[in-house]
Amino acid sequence: MVDTAEELAITSNDQVVIVRQKVRSTAIDLGLSLIDQTKVVTAASELARNTLVHAGGGRARIEIVQAGLRRGLRLVFSDEGPGISDLKLALTDGWSSGGGLGLGLSGSRRLVDEFILDSEPGRGTIVTVTKWTR
Amino acid sequence: MERVPILKIGDVLLVSIQGDLDDQAVLTLQEDLAEKVVTTSAVGVIIDITSVEIVDSFVGRMLSTIAGMARMLDAETIVVGMRPAVAITLVELGLTLGGLRTALDLEKGIALLGRANESAETLTAVAK
Amino acid sequence: MTVQENTSKRHIEELLRGKEEEILKRWVEISSRPLRGRLNETQTAKELREIYRALLRSFDHADGATELRALLAELSRSRAQQGFTPGETAMAVFGLKDAVSELVEAEAGVEALRGFLWLSSTIDGLGLYTFEAYTTAREKIIADQAEELLELSTPVVKLWEGIVAVPLVGTLDSARTQVVMEKLLQTLVDTGSEYAVIDITGVPAVDTQVAQHLLKTVMAARLMGANCVISGIRPQIAHTIVTLGIEFGDIITKATLADALAYALRKSGVEVVGRRQTRVAVRTEES
Repeated sequence: MVDTAEELAITSNDQVVIVRQKVRSTAIDLGLSLIDQTKVVTAASELARNTLVHAGGGRARIEIVQAGLRRGLRLVFSDEGPGISDLKLALTDGWSSGGGLGLGLSGSRRLVDEFILDSEPGRGTIVTVTKWTR
Repeated sequence: MERVPILKIGDVLLVSIQGDLDDQAVLTLQEDLAEKVVTTSAVGVIIDITSVEIVDSFVGRMLSTIAGMARMLDAETIVVGMRPAVAITLVELGLTLGGLRTALDLEKGIALLGRANESAETLTAVAK
Repeated sequence: MTVQENTSKRHIEELLRGKEEEILKRWVEISSRPLRGRLNETQTAKELREIYRALLRSFDHADGATELRALLAELSRSRAQQGFTPGETAMAVFGLKDAVSELVEAEAGVEALRGFLWLSSTIDGLGLYTFEAYTTAREKIIADQAEELLELSTPVVKLWEGIVAVPLVGTLDSARTQVVMEKLLQTLVDTGSEYAVIDITGVPAVDTQVAQHLLKTVMAARLMGANCVISGIRPQIAHTIVTLGIEFGDIITKATLADALAYALRKSGVEVVGRRQTRVAVRTEES
């Protein structure tokens, strides 16, 4: 169940900053602990940058979701970029296609509770991550 | 675009990162610092991240790069004031920032830099 | 509702209203009896009177029913805190049946009997509700205690200027380890301590996750500019760590808390000297 949702465009470096700030304020509203806030904002920063660097831009959707008694922060990053052909490889620590540290996808997966990577060459990429309240 | 100010105190450069920097500002800071280390022949660089709320892989890489560059230019880099939540997140992210020296706060960072230089001087003296 | 039922219901309502004092008195007597002085009778009388009044109101208004449930929940909560069983709490409510039945028997009419059956099922519902409320209240108490225990069981103590320690006792689960570690790192910042000792002498076993948490804490402390020493690793735990293939790397480990403290003191430049006749240890104590 989705309580609130907001969609932001990612087309420049400052918009990555705006995504980070919006994710933080939503995480605070939701009552995530300081550590969990920091983790989810860091993951958002990695994923937003991926969207910008690898696909030339895309969108970030910030949602507050509810499942039973738990509430969570769900982030959906989508783009119409080149897509990823080898999902398993893309999630390996240290593997990078963009000259980075190769921790963007694999690292942010460790910072959230749920991580879904959906991509195909030529169809773009959708990354959905969720952090639940404790 | 905002530029992070670099202060010079004696032969130490001090950078205090405030607010949320975008990637371009991070790169600019990296370049500015390398430039300053050379022009001022500083022996130490202290980067204060007390008010930084998140360090992602991009900023983490910048910190490592600055330390590496400074070392080549004969200056020691110390990152001070990393928050617990930031440190925990970095570890989870898989970023250990190997080779980077850290201190709890600015004061301890300066003390650490002093000790490092002292022992370096002692070594030189002994070698002579 | 049929006309007949309605008449019986009204009959019993009138009985309850008309003989309020009499019924209440019996109810208090009946419900206090099995508790044998464990409860203050005046207090019980007050509580039951409020419930009784709310029951009467609930016959006419829906609001009354809400108020009645709130009162019953309150009763369950206070009884749970005082250590009464849910059975005893429910029996207190069921006592109203006995109090009314005595009057109904005396009257011996069909209407009264039918009305009593209706009232009886209503009271059954109320009694069951106290059971539910009791369980909820009990769960809340347990959750609160667990939280308090977590706080209590994780003290971060200062051993020396610049050296803090966290003595861990009991089984470590993932959640508890995480809480302790976050607290430890925050203490390093708050006290400006460069050394932290994690003593696991009182920990019987660790699993992969807990070992990972310890490892991550040491790495996080290092990123912040502090050093962690782990002391009191039991042979079984050392075995587990090696068998699980967890890389403990260059983490400093010491056999006992004392060794760890000595190490941290030495590293922070404090020299410990044994007291001889005229020689005095590191610090003279101010008296």
